[in-house]
Amino acid sequence: MKRLSIAEALREAMREEMQRDERVFLIGEDIGIPQGFGGAFTVTLGLSDEFGHERVVDTPISEKAIVGAAVGAAMMGMRPIADVQYSDFLFCAADEIVNQAAKMTYMSGGTVKVPMVLRAPVGATNRGAQHAQSPEGFFMHVPGWKVAVPATAYDAKGLLKTAVRDDSPVLIFEHKRLYGKGGRKEAGGLDLTSDIPDEEYLIPFGQAVVRREGADLTLVATLLMMHRSLAAADQLAQEGINIEVIDPRTLVPFDDDAVLTSVAKTGKLLIVEEDNLTGGWGAEVAARVADAGFDLLDAPIKRLASYDVPMPFAPVLENFVVPSVERIVELARAMGRGEV
Amino acid sequence: MQMYRDMVRIRKFEEKVYLLFLEGKVLGTIHQYQGQEAVAVGVCSALRRDDCITSTHRPHGHCIAKGVSLDSMMAELFGRATGCCKAKGGSMHMGDASVGAIPAIAIVAGGVTLAAGMGLAYKLQHSDRVVACFFGDGAVNEGAFHEGVNLAAIKKLPVVFVCENNFYAASTPMQLTTPVGIAERAAAYGIPGVVVDGNDVAAVYQATVSAVARARSGGGPTLIECQTYRTAGHSRGDSGAYRPKEEVELWKQKDPIERLKRHLIAQGVGAGLAPAQVEADLAAIDSEVDREIETAVAFAEASPPPQPEDALLHVYGEQVAA
Repeated sequence: MKRLSIAEALREAMREEMQRDERVFLIGEDIGIPQGFGGAFTVTLGLSDEFGHERVVDTPISEKAIVGAAVGAAMMGMRPIADVQYSDFLFCAADEIVNQAAKMTYMSGGTVKVPMVLRAPVGATNRGAQHAQSPEGFFMHVPGWKVAVPATAYDAKGLLKTAVRDDSPVLIFEHKRLYGKGGRKEAGGLDLTSDIPDEEYLIPFGQAVVRREGADLTLVATLLMMHRSLAAADQLAQEGINIEVIDPRTLVPFDDDAVLTSVAKTGKLLIVEEDNLTGGWGAEVAARVADAGFDLLDAPIKRLASYDVPMPFAPVLENFVVPSVERIVELARAMGRGEV
Repeated sequence: MQMYRDMVRIRKFEEKVYLLFLEGKVLGTIHQYQGQEAVAVGVCSALRRDDCITSTHRPHGHCIAKGVSLDSMMAELFGRATGCCKAKGGSMHMGDASVGAIPAIAIVAGGVTLAAGMGLAYKLQHSDRVVACFFGDGAVNEGAFHEGVNLAAIKKLPVVFVCENNFYAASTPMQLTTPVGIAERAAAYGIPGVVVDGNDVAAVYQATVSAVARARSGGGPTLIECQTYRTAGHSRGDSGAYRPKEEVELWKQKDPIERLKRHLIAQGVGAGLAPAQVEADLAAIDSEVDREIETAVAFAEASPPPQPEDALLHVYGEQVAA
């Protein structure tokens, strides 16, 4: 047993999978340069020393080539883990992601596999509009991709290892504010490390976890918002409002049953996401619960998300746009009291 | 003779498909390959069966040259369950991975980065396989072309980039889009760039043999610009009004099949055969191909359509048979 941060857990997952399976390799920008960064967020640090530059492939700044090469290599029997430094850059490779990776198995009539992983950091961190987005919703819309959203180091390791072994393309969205060991004010002062068992483990896709039990309100959130929701739930517990916090862990496949089971208990659903409101993944979850769980609901489903604006730079602006613990508390309290 | 046969198979397949399209039996749209046969056949003749190609929205010729069966191609065009893509792909995604033709990629230049990745896989696998990446002159102004060729060049990946320059990107002539020769662009990536007469199958073959040898031995990619002409329209219903009649006629005189025929007759004469004898041999091939295509049409017509619910299959990799 050891305590690891998300960055360390992801690194350990990659190391183990590369040791286990020689088809696994890494491809991206700045990931294996000697004395370099280990990727934009240190996740691949040291792996090129261990596995060599042949299996830790540094590329030009060419997101289309990174994703396209991963698709091509995956079709030829490899298991690439591709890395774009910020999820905003996924849009540079939209064709390779949406038209190529997602559709190759289907267009081939089920004769070609594309077993690749694409890692993409999300979240607003005072870097302005083009290094801040949380575009999970865009990509869960595309049939063919699976989408994982690990909020803890334990999940990050288990989900990445599962992704490498999956026969479909898998996008893993990692949150920039959650990579470190935590304790920083911006991350809410949380301890972001997890106990990582010495023995190997995988986390199956499509299995949500209940992070905190409660009878008054179901709250579904991922990544940083999941941690802020837990902080909000702690506060509200002191007021006698008990919130059940569910972390779906994967958006595709999505564990509808976990949410419906919880809503059957609480009668109320709040979805908190960092993406802006319109067309986010929360809208899909709300629609599914309204459809399959209408009779379970005692109140309208509510969504709390970033406002429908590009992400601003200044902290005072960004903090206003992205749901804060205070805003979650406010809305959850009102829902718990039956005011909305 | 095998090259002649494959070129005739492409020509006659396309001519039949056009008629079937007019009859309403071939659905959707078609982008036909007549006139460019020497490129597909010249390139694929220089490849091994376990080498791969990436193709384009105009894939029928590439697929035939790489060995996809005419039966399964025709069935695919008819939208039948026996099609090479089980009726999921259609004309523009034609392919059969078992013979090294991954589904054709109908996004212009979309195959360029994928080909680099396929080459990267071969390199990591310490295999001597190569990939030939087909694309048109219209593709060289896509960002994907630059990113894919550059990556293949800097990593010395075993890729042969084959530009089929037919001088028109749909209806837009090349002089309005492309300020320097396509092969000249190779210099920007530090790789060889060669121009070949794309209607001369022997020239295409020789250029590809050199590029493949270089790729197999770790020398990296080559850009081959095959100058050719599509004698058909860009897609169904294109009358080609934007092209001068004289230009079309000029290129028809350079027809790659007629040229090969003349060459084979001359070669036969050199070996002591009478021209009539060679012509008879070639005519026999023509007849065999006619029968092969009739068989393919009959196969397609006799094949069942897919079940509508089959549309829900093959979205994810776990639905792929091992």
